[in-house]
Amino acid sequence: MTANQVALWYLVASVFFILALKGLSSPETSRRGNLFGMIGMAIAVVTTLAIVAKGHVEFIILAFLVGGSVGALVAKRVEMTQMPELVAAMHSLVGLAAVLIAVAAVNNPSAFGVPDPMPTGNRLELFIGTFVGAITFTGSIIAFGKLAGLGKKFRLFSSAPVVFPGQHLLNLALLLVMLGFGTWFFLSGPEGQWPPFIVMTLIALALGVLIIIPIGGADMPVVISMLNSYSGWAAAGIGFSLNNPMLIIAGSLVGSSGAILSYIMCKAMNRSFFNVILGGFGAAEGAVAEGGGEARSVRSGSADDAAYLMGNADTVVIVPGYGLAVARAQHAVKEMTDKLQEKGINVRFAIHPVAGRMPGHMNVLLAEAEIPYDIVQEMEDINSDFSNTDVVLVLGANDVVNPLARKPGSPIYGMPILDVDKARTVMVVKRSMAAGYAGLDNELFYMDKTMMVFGDAKKVVEDMVKAL
Amino acid sequence: MTGTVDPTVFNLIVFVLAVFVGYHVVWNVTPALHTPLMSVTNAISSVIIVGAILAAGPATWDWVSSGAGVLAVALAAVNVFGGFLVTRRMLEMFKKKERKAAKAD
Repeated sequence: MTANQVALWYLVASVFFILALKGLSSPETSRRGNLFGMIGMAIAVVTTLAIVAKGHVEFIILAFLVGGSVGALVAKRVEMTQMPELVAAMHSLVGLAAVLIAVAAVNNPSAFGVPDPMPTGNRLELFIGTFVGAITFTGSIIAFGKLAGLGKKFRLFSSAPVVFPGQHLLNLALLLVMLGFGTWFFLSGPEGQWPPFIVMTLIALALGVLIIIPIGGADMPVVISMLNSYSGWAAAGIGFSLNNPMLIIAGSLVGSSGAILSYIMCKAMNRSFFNVILGGFGAAEGAVAEGGGEARSVRSGSADDAAYLMGNADTVVIVPGYGLAVARAQHAVKEMTDKLQEKGINVRFAIHPVAGRMPGHMNVLLAEAEIPYDIVQEMEDINSDFSNTDVVLVLGANDVVNPLARKPGSPIYGMPILDVDKARTVMVVKRSMAAGYAGLDNELFYMDKTMMVFGDAKKVVEDMVKAL
Repeated sequence: MTGTVDPTVFNLIVFVLAVFVGYHVVWNVTPALHTPLMSVTNAISSVIIVGAILAAGPATWDWVSSGAGVLAVALAAVNVFGGFLVTRRMLEMFKKKERKAAKAD
């Protein structure tokens, strides 16, 4: 194959990648979009295999099959509640692969059709691709540990923010030192290039750990989108250094996608991106609020009471949160929805953008339980309807329904919330009165129209199903 | 104006245009599909497998670059298959349900 033919096939693959993302604009076209993505990837891989046909294709195919079977197996086995962990783990693989490719490119640029010794322009891009890849690799491992709840075994994975004095200064210093070694690598010739390259990569690996540990569990939607973005920029950086437009296009698509998701998530919490990534949110105030919470009285009821109230309502809105994912209550919720609909009750779901641990997490869980997506609505679509709703059932959500967000001066002031307090009756299923992630007491729980149902979300919903 | 355009400048042009395309396409993604968006972008970013194949490719085996390349092929392949297949699995769930009423669980 000539270089022109290769470039044109890569162009075709790039167009397929764009179509893959375009397909996701609605559930109907999304499956076709995913198929386009697969076709694009197949074209990219086959074209590249044709280039190296005279080399060690057998090792490549073997590695491809081994990796591919692992991937296919994981994709088949993974539970929907574990999607955030899976995505974090996959980000780390992209990051590590980018670093490995960079190592190979430093060692033998001619394999990539890049002149040997490598021109300085390519060295600069390689240096950027490498450190972004390295940060993505270790940062995603930490994110994975936090999401998978490994904090009990290993403190770095604690879902509570891990903070220490001078943290930000240390990170900044490390970043500058890393850039210094990167510049050294950029200026060095083929002889002295390895020491600065290795030191730079090691510092970037350490930075990846350090920048993710101070970020707490409920900020994970931002972190995971940010790492998604980084993995794209790493691919684009590698594409720059190998002069490969397809890698640049695919990497930029992914990079901008992750950046937009991070922006949406930050906006949904009314916090700046820097406020989130500097971390430590809710670490200090949490204990105080929890202690004070017990003193005030709340109205609590049983699952039977709640079922009775819902059974007599005309309209019910269910607000799912991370608690639903933890309790794996989605199938029980589906049963309850069916029971209510049989009685002619209008049931809908209200999703806050940051509900759960990753963007769109709740939608996938509800879809898994075969709840039709047209009764699952986004915050801005359903918020004006709460005043006409008889019963709202809050399942394992807290901060996203806290009316304190409307009170000037509160730490979450200005955060868009679901206006559940406007409904006629509110029922909150929760394990205890413990404060949410922001460490704030929730006024909603003390309102006269609120009934608390204490217990595990799955158990409570199952009891409600029995009572209905 | 003489000479040819440097590859880096050419790459930059591609990059800027691709970011624009990405920006506009992604804002059109419905929020309900943000999780599949993340898993499919994950699969797409593993197109760096192309770089890994080139690294592993040369006929003369070199433990540093060919070894790193083969390992990177395996890692990226996990993502290629894992990413697209898990996305497909998720998107199947968003299908309108009529016939699957029998399936409990």
